Amino acid sequence: MIPIAHYLILGGLLFAIGAVGVIVSRNLIVMFMSIELMLNAANLAIIAFSRSLNLMDGHVFVFLIMAVAAAEAAVGLAIIIAIFRNRETINADKFNLLRR
Amino acid sequence: MDIRSAAIDLGLISPEIIILASAMVVLLLGTVLKSRGLMAFLSLLGLVVGLVLVLQQWSQPQSGYYGMVLKDNFSVFFSVVFIMTAIITLLMARDYLIAKHIDRHEFYTLLMFSTVGMMLMAGSTDLVVIFLGLEIMSVPLYVMAGMNKIDPKSNESGIKYFMIGAFASSFLVFGIALLYGASGTTDLRRIMADFSFLKMQSELLLYSGALLVMTGFAFKVAAVPFHMWVPDVYEGAPTPVTGFFSVGPKAAGFAALLRICVYGFSGMAELTAVFWLLAVLTMVVGNVLAIFQNNIKRMLAYSSIAHAGYILVALTAGGEGAVSSAVYYLLAYMFFNLGGFTIVTIIDSRTGSNSQIDEIKGLAGRHPYLASLLALFMFALAGFPPTAGFMGKFYIFSEAVRNGFVWLTVIAVMNSLVSVFYYLRVVVAAFFGKPDQEFSPVSFSPALFIALLVTAVGTLALGCFPGYWLELSQMSMFPII
Amino acid sequence: MEHFNTFFPIFFLFVFAAILAGVFLLLSVLFGRKTKTAAKGDPYESGMKPIGTTRERFPVRFYLVAILFIIFDIEVVFLYPWAVIYDKLGMFGFMEMLVFVVILLVGYFYVLGKGALKWD
Repeated sequence: MIPIAHYLILGGLLFAIGAVGVIVSRNLIVMFMSIELMLNAANLAIIAFSRSLNLMDGHVFVFLIMAVAAAEAAVGLAIIIAIFRNRETINADKFNLLRR
Repeated sequence: MDIRSAAIDLGLISPEIIILASAMVVLLLGTVLKSRGLMAFLSLLGLVVGLVLVLQQWSQPQSGYYGMVLKDNFSVFFSVVFIMTAIITLLMARDYLIAKHIDRHEFYTLLMFSTVGMMLMAGSTDLVVIFLGLEIMSVPLYVMAGMNKIDPKSNESGIKYFMIGAFASSFLVFGIALLYGASGTTDLRRIMADFSFLKMQSELLLYSGALLVMTGFAFKVAAVPFHMWVPDVYEGAPTPVTGFFSVGPKAAGFAALLRICVYGFSGMAELTAVFWLLAVLTMVVGNVLAIFQNNIKRMLAYSSIAHAGYILVALTAGGEGAVSSAVYYLLAYMFFNLGGFTIVTIIDSRTGSNSQIDEIKGLAGRHPYLASLLALFMFALAGFPPTAGFMGKFYIFSEAVRNGFVWLTVIAVMNSLVSVFYYLRVVVAAFFGKPDQEFSPVSFSPALFIALLVTAVGTLALGCFPGYWLELSQMSMFPII
Repeated sequence: MEHFNTFFPIFFLFVFAAILAGVFLLLSVLFGRKTKTAAKGDPYESGMKPIGTTRERFPVRFYLVAILFIIFDIEVVFLYPWAVIYDKLGMFGFMEMLVFVVILLVGYFYVLGKGALKWD
């Protein structure tokens, strides 16, 4: 059996890649994908813990997170479409109307 | 365990069910009927019925759904705050929405969905339910921020809020994952019960989990250094929505934080230092940056950051008295901040308004009563007696001193003195400013009148008769085991 | 030999899927109406050109349908576990799921009422 540490290292790496992706990337869609990566890293960690502790409630939690992530995805894509219709760009650096 | 026993708990979440049901009715009816006034009325009705049902749960602590939902006085108190916030927002929003041509029934539905999310958040000690409540609260808020689809500023506000919100939630989820791994449960009460054992066994997991959860909530309550999004989001969103943002999600975030700190992490003495630093940074950055703002919505955004700092002072102090002072402050903050936003909304409803402080010039000449109310709310925000703002700050600071955080209190008092400057700037502009052109009059409606009346009475009542309200907030403390 | 017992269901699934696919193909060859137009020959009948610049824009409606699909699709994760232990949950579980589906239906009727599913 694969030890829990391996899953956690993978989850931690995925989470870090996602977090860096959100900060570094300038494209809204890529930023959004990075956030999904972070959520799924958390999912992986929960499932790994759930298996190693022999508990079922972690599985349920993962289902709920998946549903929440889908709802967020829908809202996020909708907002990105709305902004693209007005501005014809999804480059995050271009969104600077709200500065002094 | 019998799954059927969950059915009898339905009464426990009846307020949530009523509000959700009326939200869905409004959502469906709105696609068929054209009358938006009827939709607003139905939403108001649903919220009021929800409020009545919540009030009946006062002083009868119950829990259900295998301990996942908790209806103690704490959650009832916060539910009342959330529903009141939603009602006042609804009352102040109507005319603004019509003036800006965004009078959609979805606004009312989203407002109610968000309120239900907040109620769930305050009414649980289980991290899973807190997370779900947070998401039910946040997802409608993203849409509400970007509701004015043809306004690029509103778009920007929506996308920024969405990105930061989703980013923060993923931190929260990862933190919950680590806590779950460390303890094998997501219930904060069980984490606290086994705390010393867990600390020996898996200290690293527990602490990193706790810090990640804290980071997630710090984003939500806009504590410095996780505040960068606040001014932009507040400025771009439709003004009533900004008012809702500045009170509802903030109170919900603090409700969850209070639960987490008292139930879950009370064994982590090291967290006090983290909170100390957060509180100082939040107060200083919020107050100092607010001075330089010319846009009133941005100014109020930084002011809301500063107020989060004062509440963080109470969290740092810890203990039952401090928590009840934070609860009291949140109630007071709801009244005077929403009152301030109601007036900003009224002024913003005029065509061509850009919510600059200069646009308030000459308000007193044209609308003396409105200007005096604005002064009242600004004095309350600055913390002058006899308003609610003074009593709220007084309780928090005295609790902090009582628990030995003298320096923290000194910094907080100095900050509160700094804040007087930028709040008074608004009052001075309203009373003594010479407008460049003649002040174009604002329109009034009964809904706005009620919103102003409720907030003004609340601000004064909490300031003049604090004893009763403080007792309420002390009763709403959950027992610290 | 013990491995055979363990993996027999999967083996069976492969064979069954292959037979089923073959039968469907055969049936459509035998009974299907044969149209030979340019559009029919496209890899995607939706009209998307599979070869060309990736920068090409296509109507925003695709996104809209995709968004709506995600929402309703993901809810199956809740229906599936329920279906597995349906007999243990009995009437109560059924009512719970009914409420869940009704809430989804509210969303669906809202989408219909808004005309989001109309293509033209």
